[in-house]
Amino acid sequence: MKRIVPLLLCAIMIFTMLPVQAKADDVTINVYNWGQYISDGTDGYIDVNKAFTEKTGIKVNYMTFDSNETMYTKLKTGGSTYDVIIPSDYMIARLIAEDMLEELDYSNIPNYALVDEAYKNTSYDPENKYSVPYTWGTVGVIYNKKYVSESDIGSWDLLWNEKYSGKILMFDNPRDAFAIAEFLLGIDINSEDQDELRSATYKLIEQKPLVQGYVMDQIFSKMEREEAWIAPYYAGDYLLMQQENPDLGFYFPKEGFNLFIDAACIPKGCQNKAAAEAYINFLCDPEISGENLDYLGYSTPISEAKQYMDPETAASEIAYPTEETLSNGRAFINLSEDTSRFTDSLWLQVKTQGGVDTYAIVCMCAVVVLLAAYFIIHGVRRKKRIANRCKRWKQ
Amino acid sequence: MKNKALAAPYLVWMALFTIVPLAIVAYYAFTDAATGEFTFANIANLGNYMPILIKSIWLALISSLICIVIGYPVAYFIANCKETTQRFLYMLVMLPMCISFLLRTLAWVALTEDTGIINNFITALGLQPLPLIRNNGAVVLGMVYNYLPYMIMPLYTVIMKIDRRLIEAAQDLGCNGVNVFKRVILPLSVPGIISGFTMVFVPAVSTFYISQKLGSSGTTLIGDVIESQFKTAYNPNLGAALSLILMVMIFICIGVMNRFGDEEEEVVTL
Amino acid sequence: MKNFNKVFTVIVLLFLYIPMIVLAVGSFNSGMDIAVFKSFTFDNYKELFRDSVLLPLLLNSVIVALLSSIFATILGTCAALGIHSMGPRLRRFTMGVTNIPLTNPEIVTGVSLALLFAFVGTMMKINNILGFATLLIAHITFNLPYVILSVMPKLKQMDPNLREAALDLGCTPWQAFYKVVIHEITPGIVSGALMAFTMSLDDFVISYFVYGPRFVTLPVEIYNYTKKPLQPKIYALFTLLFAAILIVMVLMNLLQERDAKRSRENRRAFRRGKKVGA
Repeated sequence: MKRIVPLLLCAIMIFTMLPVQAKADDVTINVYNWGQYISDGTDGYIDVNKAFTEKTGIKVNYMTFDSNETMYTKLKTGGSTYDVIIPSDYMIARLIAEDMLEELDYSNIPNYALVDEAYKNTSYDPENKYSVPYTWGTVGVIYNKKYVSESDIGSWDLLWNEKYSGKILMFDNPRDAFAIAEFLLGIDINSEDQDELRSATYKLIEQKPLVQGYVMDQIFSKMEREEAWIAPYYAGDYLLMQQENPDLGFYFPKEGFNLFIDAACIPKGCQNKAAAEAYINFLCDPEISGENLDYLGYSTPISEAKQYMDPETAASEIAYPTEETLSNGRAFINLSEDTSRFTDSLWLQVKTQGGVDTYAIVCMCAVVVLLAAYFIIHGVRRKKRIANRCKRWKQ
Repeated sequence: MKNKALAAPYLVWMALFTIVPLAIVAYYAFTDAATGEFTFANIANLGNYMPILIKSIWLALISSLICIVIGYPVAYFIANCKETTQRFLYMLVMLPMCISFLLRTLAWVALTEDTGIINNFITALGLQPLPLIRNNGAVVLGMVYNYLPYMIMPLYTVIMKIDRRLIEAAQDLGCNGVNVFKRVILPLSVPGIISGFTMVFVPAVSTFYISQKLGSSGTTLIGDVIESQFKTAYNPNLGAALSLILMVMIFICIGVMNRFGDEEEEVVTL
Repeated sequence: MKNFNKVFTVIVLLFLYIPMIVLAVGSFNSGMDIAVFKSFTFDNYKELFRDSVLLPLLLNSVIVALLSSIFATILGTCAALGIHSMGPRLRRFTMGVTNIPLTNPEIVTGVSLALLFAFVGTMMKINNILGFATLLIAHITFNLPYVILSVMPKLKQMDPNLREAALDLGCTPWQAFYKVVIHEITPGIVSGALMAFTMSLDDFVISYFVYGPRFVTLPVEIYNYTKKPLQPKIYALFTLLFAAILIVMVLMNLLQERDAKRSRENRRAFRRGKKVGA
């Protein structure tokens, strides 16, 4: 008996360590996409994942991330696999360079033929081997017309305007945040020059006291509820926010802005490639793409999809800016690994800069000194007392 | 059933899932992110994050002290009630902890935001809204709120166990109320204060959610930096180095606190 | 002084319950914004029961909490028995190990386990190791010390002669164990198990580092939700949970009180009976 119990426990321990095997008969794919980036049945719009399951019988386990960097970290850390991911252009290039993507079998994705030529042979995937465009869009400034005067808008410097201190939000990812500072300083947003990056860092640190917070999808509730008045964000999301709060306005800053394409890819380690390709194909179906992006407000790379949209959305100057506006847009290019690392460390510097008052440091030092004094005095007194007692005891 | 071997599976488990992981943290802390070679660079860089660490410790220290000041009278009161009332009050103190601390913190955000409940009320009265959120005070409030039960719990247990006869003896020997408290009750509740302090200080110093929600862009704490290194900026080596230094700092703080306890105990026994 | 303490305690309790009140009121709000009360409605509750995401996640949380607390209770009780019969040096060492997860910040425990699992994953070429098993292991690991710390004092309080007496009265060692020892330490085991269960149900920080896409618990999902506008049905869910826990706790309290009263009366009756008999 004495031996059995520990042995039993060891056995249970080993048993629990075995990975739980999923049932083989129902296929589930793990989809990893941006937050608020698919029509999920709200307000009577299509529920894309449900529609996919109904059509193919494949279940979708849908997970979200809030920036390209979060997604990259998750993939890199390991421990979990995804079947479909939807990163942005420069991140796709990075994933390709680090050999983290599977090549797609385009014969399983017939709808790819419908994608406009403008979104093929892109700089991030020049040979069209790894990605299928999901949406494209722009970054601009969202502001609240009630509080922000029209004379201040037009440029990125609105985000540095002290009049609105504490009411300004900022991107919580290095690429988008640095791009804004770089536009303002007139530096190329794909610059790899360390001095230029440093000057962008100082620009961001200069802005920091005015910033209410570095956030991503929290922008939705903060802007809609007027907790914040000014935020740079993706144009498509502005269209969503504006439905909730009609006082919100949007403009393309004159210094230029980021133009991006988000595309579906299959990462290495994918468990079910055919199902993943079926999902990507489904997303490219003009009818699905049209209805999905009608809700999202982002722009579709499939012109044919526009006929399934609300004509008002399809004609929106914000979702589909004029050629003239678009000529001001710049795309991100993947930075070299060294520059990526350097940017990450600069970004951490921005995030951790300031906020430490000398007051706290002085107080901490005082506490340490007091503690030390306490122990020393106490130790001396105790020794004395013990010595006295010994003396008395000897007497 | 006296058998030391019964603890063997437990020790194996702890070795596998506590000691080995900590060793891996140390391994990461001393290797280079890009090449995987042994390096002191991560540790050497920690100087940059010292201000953040000091700030975290400072805020956690203030929160723990406030928790002691608030928690002590409550624990003292509960411990002196009738037994049934005691149980009921103790339950009331513990009950909020059953609800996800994320949601409770969010409720505080809803209360203190510029467009939150309190400020809506203030503006309805025709006054200027107050800056209640996004400052050090709000972070301390969040810490005190979330970890106060952890302080009351051990204090109550210790105060309840104080032998009433000791208090009576002190009174018989001519102590007035203040002196009874100072010379008998307080020294006897030192173990409770220490374990309460530990239970508040450790989670408070390493929090990242409270500072994200109630703090400003300037109240980044050490927990935020560690979290970001593992969740958004892929640099587990730096994150591991920061975790290591955080651990060491906490062990030092607890060590100092325990010395306090030892000294006090000796004073009592001498 | 007594009155001051009373008022103070009431104020502190109110302070502790302010967020619950906000959540409860928010759950009956028809608007999305918790700070502005639009009108009274039950829609959030109706929506909650129609929701296909939140309830399964709650179930996931309960499964992990239940399994991890059961397992931690068994392993921890055995360990406590083992530690109890150790020599002082070995015991000090074991208790030191037990203290590590208690004094380590949760974030460090989470991070260290995440690194361990990633390491094992690459070693064993399992690229989706994060999931139910890793979550369970992490929860058991941080639950174990709580169980041990609540069983140990009961073991220390137990009269060692009790077991001897049982053996003398003809029990086999095994019988003596489960009839006497287990009976004596049951309160410690129960409170340890309860503590483990609640800790594990509410755990966010450690789960956040070791969860995988196939198995998500409610707190982790709430964290992911809170980056977006939070839906009022989540308030409804937690108001219900809170109400349920409140009722259970009050009932338990009342039952305990009745038991205490009855045993007091029994004792009194017994004494009276003795007097009458004498």
